[in-house]
Amino acid sequence: MSEDLVPSPERVNVGRRLFIGLVAAGAAGIAFGSGAQRVIGQKLGTGFGALLPGGDRFRIYSVTGQYPAIAPRRYQLKVSGLVDQPATFSLADLKAMPPTHFVKAFQCVTGWRVPDVPWRGVQLSHLLEQAGIQTGAIAISFDSYDHVDAESLTIEQAHLSDVIVAYEMYGAPVTREHGGPVRLVVPQMYGYKSLKWLSGIRVVDRVEPGFWEQNGYPVNGWLDGTTGATNPDPQLS
Amino acid sequence: MTTTASPVARATRLLRFDRVQRTVHWLNAALFILLILTAIPLYFGSLLGVTFPRHTIQMVHLWAGLVLPLPIALALLGSWGRRMRDDWRRASQWTRTEIRWLRTFGREPLVADKFNPGQKANAIFTIASIVVLFATGYILQWFRFFPVPWREGATVTHDLFAFAVFAVVVGHVALAVTHPESLRSMFTGKVRVEWARRHAPAWFDEEGPTDPD
Repeated sequence: MSEDLVPSPERVNVGRRLFIGLVAAGAAGIAFGSGAQRVIGQKLGTGFGALLPGGDRFRIYSVTGQYPAIAPRRYQLKVSGLVDQPATFSLADLKAMPPTHFVKAFQCVTGWRVPDVPWRGVQLSHLLEQAGIQTGAIAISFDSYDHVDAESLTIEQAHLSDVIVAYEMYGAPVTREHGGPVRLVVPQMYGYKSLKWLSGIRVVDRVEPGFWEQNGYPVNGWLDGTTGATNPDPQLS
Repeated sequence: MTTTASPVARATRLLRFDRVQRTVHWLNAALFILLILTAIPLYFGSLLGVTFPRHTIQMVHLWAGLVLPLPIALALLGSWGRRMRDDWRRASQWTRTEIRWLRTFGREPLVADKFNPGQKANAIFTIASIVVLFATGYILQWFRFFPVPWREGATVTHDLFAFAVFAVVVGHVALAVTHPESLRSMFTGKVRVEWARRHAPAWFDEEGPTDPD
């Protein structure tokens, strides 16, 4: 019954052309989608880039399926472990410390990226200096108000100048979805290292893999060079 | 070559879709619905910051996506897939008139084949989209094996194709419910000869008056 369906000058194999065209468009999207998104974002401003489907927007994740609600005036950050002076800071205490601010891309390990995010907060190294790290300390463990997520950095990583305890994002208080009132920001590493709803900083004698690390992500979550990592981990890069 | 259809049935009804095709269609439909329903919270929930049981929904989406290519692939490959393959050939091969018809959005006259150019384009688009969504979804799930720019490209591409597929599915369903006999043939497999004469005259001429298979 399909004799008349064999290719002939009268018939064109549109199926093959359309199929190959669409699959090629998909492959081009994988290869160049990232660059195209950046060019569009730069040409039209990141505001417009964010309007494109799947554009430069934050995708909000939570490991517990909900976002802890913490009233800013009741917020407390506990610094403990192998330190000379354990302390608890309120949001006002943090804001009274010398602030650091910078604008950096936020890069998720799964493949979305938000360029030019302005952050403001206190350098983690400042808090650690105040507390006084004792000998035998190897790493810092970070706890979250969600009681499930946790992160860790080595003492050396924690002293990078752009590792901050952030209370402002885009010039406004860090919102609940973004981990407010206070979150960790580690811009040289993937987003999962920037723990949301930061509740505790514990100086410890070994690296305690965090939630995502226990689920297979690298403990040293360095970006691999695409967003301007200045200090790549030699073991992973 | 003859089917079990009685001479009477042969005279009044034509087989449009065999059991394999209908099964594949409805399996695909169920999987697409599952994928769209789970995609909505995964995409908009994450963008808007709404909470939902992410892990469970993610797993449903992942498994539905992994299974998605199987019905079509198995139907096309097996000995049972003769009609599937025939119709794929029909959807692929277009006459010049059909190309003109689609280019002019139906203003050019057309003697429709078993499938009109819109239906053909729908079939090709669906299969190509499954390939693209599967490949990009694979990169999103097993991102560790791919460089970061690919993950970003796969994210954008997956989103864009998902939007396109959603639009096409909505159009497809709208056309189906406004064309009851077409829709019914996806359940019963058959259309009335009269319907074929009106909606698919080229197909009717080809097999209508004689052997239905």
